[in-house]
Amino acid sequence: MNNYDVIVIGGGPAGLAAAIQAKKDGAEVMLIERENRLGGILKQCIHDGFGLVRFEEKLSGPEYAERFIDEFNSLGIKALTLTFVTKIAKTADGFEIHIVNRKGTAVYNCNALVLATGCRERTAKQVFIHGTRPSGVFTAGTAQHFTNLLGELPAKKCVILGSGDIGLIMARRLTLEGCKVLGVYEAKPTPSGLTRNIHQCLNDYDIPLYLSHTVTRVFGDERLEAVEISQVDEKMRPIAGTQKTVECDALILSVGLIPENELAETLGVEMDSGTKGPVCDEKLMTTVDGIFSCGNALHVNDLVDYVSESGETAGAAAAAYKKAKRRTVRLERGNGIMSLVPQMLDLNGTTEAVTVYFRSSAVVNNCSLKITVDGKDVFRKKYAFLRPPEMERLVIDFSAFGLTPDSKILFETEVTEK
Amino acid sequence: MKEIVCIVCPNGCALNVEQNGETMTVSGNKCKRGEEFAVTEMTKPMRTICSTVKTNRADIPVLPVRVSADIPKDKIFAVMNEINGVTVTEPLRRGDIVIKNVLGLGVDVIATSDVLSINQGEMI
Repeated sequence: MNNYDVIVIGGGPAGLAAAIQAKKDGAEVMLIERENRLGGILKQCIHDGFGLVRFEEKLSGPEYAERFIDEFNSLGIKALTLTFVTKIAKTADGFEIHIVNRKGTAVYNCNALVLATGCRERTAKQVFIHGTRPSGVFTAGTAQHFTNLLGELPAKKCVILGSGDIGLIMARRLTLEGCKVLGVYEAKPTPSGLTRNIHQCLNDYDIPLYLSHTVTRVFGDERLEAVEISQVDEKMRPIAGTQKTVECDALILSVGLIPENELAETLGVEMDSGTKGPVCDEKLMTTVDGIFSCGNALHVNDLVDYVSESGETAGAAAAAYKKAKRRTVRLERGNGIMSLVPQMLDLNGTTEAVTVYFRSSAVVNNCSLKITVDGKDVFRKKYAFLRPPEMERLVIDFSAFGLTPDSKILFETEVTEK
Repeated sequence: MKEIVCIVCPNGCALNVEQNGETMTVSGNKCKRGEEFAVTEMTKPMRTICSTVKTNRADIPVLPVRVSADIPKDKIFAVMNEINGVTVTEPLRRGDIVIKNVLGLGVDVIATSDVLSINQGEMI
């Protein structure tokens, strides 16, 4: 059979949740995955802490993923693994998905499409480090792949650049396996990862964290021999004269994640500069009717529980999708808001209980999230603090705000007391 | 007074612990688990560890494992040493015991994945 109601691209936590939900809602579903088994990045995230929100248990990545894989298999959902999507074309009544795998090429048709393609790590080329090109410069995810899936320790003495969660987790993991982690260097004045990870991954193992420092140069011919570290100013520019050289055999980069949306972009899906993912409505439908986005392809999450939640939202909406005219209004980011999902509402849909995710653009204490419609206050929620590394989630009833497609809906943060 | 960060959940509450002789007063926690964490952290800090053990499979060289319950923080490297001494030769399932009662601590090292027992494609 080549015709499906819903095709999901990506077999990580978002895609699994989307496929399961769509199937439960009665749709014929197929999932396409480029790796040889399902689970996505969770396969190599062997540390615990997953599922606290959803299962109230501290699970490791594989345990969390396999709960969904077991359900996926018990529902008899078809999955194509080791399969690449080469092209997606829009047709009169849906989408044509062109794939290639070991059996050759094939074309599948679907009514609705869920893009659950996850995200990618920023690389050394994207953070402008000068010097030679020796081996030993890895992204944290690559180091994690070597250590946790291949069982090979990629370093003996390393420096970590960037204080993102994967970098912090890898600092602990490499230390446990006998690698000396000399320090974690962060160009920003505040850490990028969750506070608990600073404590349980760095402080527990006496690994120093240097804020407002970055790697400015790498040395070595065949293999990395040393890195040059510089202090940076408030605009993150290196300060001349502060350089010092640190000998190490690996530089591990944890400098951010970018949603992967090459497929979405070929389909003309509008992208958001805040999330670097598609602009979506409350059902997580993109600006192209019938195409849904979820998980880290939609926006980079810090908790997998919310990745699964967005997968379920997109999966349910994809299963229920019928061509219908949308009446949309945008949700705009104002002062203090770095990213916001969804970015629009369909006023022909249900807007009583919309799950909204946002990140603040700076660390602020004693503040409120404020929503105004045409300059008038309609919603306010107090927070003891907001931090960019910690995504906030709330449910808002937009139906009470008297919205029209011309309404100007603005999200802002406001400091309530100094 | 001592300030510690709760590591129980992603909230990462900043806890203040006040010790008056035998009793401890904890503030700053959003939930009950924070109070329990603070008291344990002050008296006998406990941690979970997750790692991998070697297998005899070329296509799946390691199997992820974790301890079935928290272990004393000062036993982390001793337990790692035990974990690194094991090679799995059976197709263990998620939750199966890899090391029973490791170092007599009353916790097991358990497998956290079915990867050895599911049908695999080729490694890429």
